[in-house]
Amino acid sequence: MMRARALPFRKRPMTDLADRVRDIVADHAALEGPLLPILHAVQAEWGHVPEAAVPVIAEALNLSRAEVYGVVTFYHDFRERPAGQHVLKLCRAEACQAQGGAGIAKLAQARLGIGWHETTPDGRVTLEPVYCLGLCACGPSAMVGDQVIGRMDREKLETLIEGLRA
Amino acid sequence: MKVWVPRDAAARALGADEVVTALTDEAAKRGFDLTIVRNGSRGMVWLEPLVEVEVDGVRHAFGPALPSDAAAILDLSGPKALGPTDDLDWMKRQDRLTFQRVGVIDPLDLGEYEAHGGLAGLRRALGMSGQDIVDEIKESGLRGRGGAGFPTGIKWDTVRLAEAPQKYVVCNADEGDSGTFADRMLMEGDPFSLVEGMAIAGLCVGATKGYVYLRSEYPDAIATMQEAVRRARAARVLGADVLGSGRAFDMEIRVGAGAYVCGEETSLLNSLEGKRGIVRAKPPLPALEGLFGKPTVVNNVISLATVPVILEKGAAHYAGFGRGRSKGTVTLQIAGNVARGGLFETAFGLSLGEIVDDLAGGTRSGRPVKAVQVGGPLGAYFPPAKFATPFGYEEFDAEGGLIGHAGLVVFDDGVDMVRQARFAMEFCAVESCGKCTPCRIGAVRGVETIDRIAAGEPGLLPLLADLCETMRDGSLCALGGFTPFPVMSAVTHFPDDFAKAREAAE
Ligand SMILES: Cc1cc2nc3c(=O)[nH]c(=O)nc-3n(C[C@H](O)[C@H](O)[C@H](O)COP(=O)(O)O)c2cc1C
Ligand code: FES
Repeated sequence: MMRARALPFRKRPMTDLADRVRDIVADHAALEGPLLPILHAVQAEWGHVPEAAVPVIAEALNLSRAEVYGVVTFYHDFRERPAGQHVLKLCRAEACQAQGGAGIAKLAQARLGIGWHETTPDGRVTLEPVYCLGLCACGPSAMVGDQVIGRMDREKLETLIEGLRA
Repeated sequence: MKVWVPRDAAARALGADEVVTALTDEAAKRGFDLTIVRNGSRGMVWLEPLVEVEVDGVRHAFGPALPSDAAAILDLSGPKALGPTDDLDWMKRQDRLTFQRVGVIDPLDLGEYEAHGGLAGLRRALGMSGQDIVDEIKESGLRGRGGAGFPTGIKWDTVRLAEAPQKYVVCNADEGDSGTFADRMLMEGDPFSLVEGMAIAGLCVGATKGYVYLRSEYPDAIATMQEAVRRARAARVLGADVLGSGRAFDMEIRVGAGAYVCGEETSLLNSLEGKRGIVRAKPPLPALEGLFGKPTVVNNVISLATVPVILEKGAAHYAGFGRGRSKGTVTLQIAGNVARGGLFETAFGLSLGEIVDDLAGGTRSGRPVKAVQVGGPLGAYFPPAKFATPFGYEEFDAEGGLIGHAGLVVFDDGVDMVRQARFAMEFCAVESCGKCTPCRIGAVRGVETIDRIAAGEPGLLPLLADLCETMRDGSLCALGGFTPFPVMSAVTHFPDDFAKAREAAE
């Protein structure tokens, strides 16, 4: 399984990254318990939480690296590596199962040629399981970026995947 | 001409935005002056996108709308024209209290909110003592809608009586249970009611700061809540001088990071503090040592959003609904394989069968109902033989189940209950916070054991039962503690599926 293409900003020198992370931390200085908002902001900027960001955040918040790293790894949302260009999330939870979700997931895996948490070799699509999107009365449900999709069927899925790969 | 098209995520997932574009184009073509309001959802998800058109001051429903229906919608003709919305059976049969404004108003229009009863509860609360508010909530009989059903008034009283320089109100908007979406619909459809409920809680217990911990899977709800808080602040509903009272309350929206266990209140508090979402041992209760060690009210979205209507209409009005110790209304979320799915707010007490057969109209596939999972991934599977069970906390408990957040997931006869039992264990293994062994290890062993049973070793069923007992008795929180509900209910009520697994293997 090939990893997603490195995104261009990874070529930026590390000092730039550290400076930018410090800015992000400073933006959140007024918050109580700022670590999660900071990690969300870092991930919004780089598409993942770069390893080099961890010591910078730790120092700025007066935490150990292990503590920050422990938080990054605890939550499903935070990525240690960049995802593909599009992240396709398919709901695997019970209400969607009851509406044929498993068949949709199987088809998606076959069409993309990848399993859960993997990225297509061209770096276009990452496939993630999600446990409920709150669209349980109109499943199977899916999400691409912030866009939600209900009543997913084979035809809709084929069209969607074609669009994501184009 | 005035038209409503929901902005609710379910409506959008079914194409509401495309319908708006088509309506705008069609109106332009006709030279119509069209006002489109993006409201919340009325809760009839099978009819979404449900468009409403105002005719002589009455809202007429049309759905499920496609972009190609734009002309028919503006003419109010064709088979999808459903007549006045309030006359639809689904609407007429409800007692809408918590959801009184959802789908009716523009969710972010504070003026409309007030015109429909909003802020009346907060204004009344400002003239009451903390003790008076607690008494009112206790009298209403309101119990936590997040799952555990703890009396809200008693929780608030504990926080109120605790001495501390700083207290907090935390809203649990993690809504991770499959089959539930009431929190999402409320936040997207009437966010000010949650803001108001939290402000009342703050005034009551002496907390000046509130947080909503909102799951990252809900981008629409996050955006709506953030905007609602900004507007409430601008209108001085929030801030240093709540409605000119000289008293302070403000709040922030915090986004979760995709961990189911963070819906458990102590794990949620750790997450808000910026830590791993590990469950804390209780005691101490969060009411005494909660966020940053300070006394904290932790309540579900629906619990808090119900507070304004209780204060607006009075405790007796609210307590007049329901049965036994389940007072008031419950926001049923009907999901899965159903002909009619969505949100239905009603007094406690309908039987499970009435909900599934009558309201939901049976399955969407048209096949017989085989099982209904009530209360999310930690809730039991009920067979049709138990459809007489009335919807209430004690009634479900007596049948070996729970109502949880009041989500119901219906399955037809195509479901294999061995796989559902396996999924429950798998989910627990994936989502365990890892702190206690019965949950962390037990769930992994559970998956292995069910796999072996499925491969033809029925002799392992007693082992599975033992394992479930260990998880139930030894887990620190209800993730490991309640996973046995779906597993053992599958084993108990659907023995044929487990026997079939053996035959298939032989
Ligand atoms: C694993 C787990 C997940 C939970 N998820 C939620 C949730 O998503 N939303 C919620 O309100 N309560 C959830 N709860 C229940 C909370 O711990 C807590 O009881 C609730 O937030 C209290 O609010 P209430 O009294 O208003 O119900 C969960 C509990 C457990 C054990
Ligand atoms: S179970 Fe899939 S959206 Fe809720």
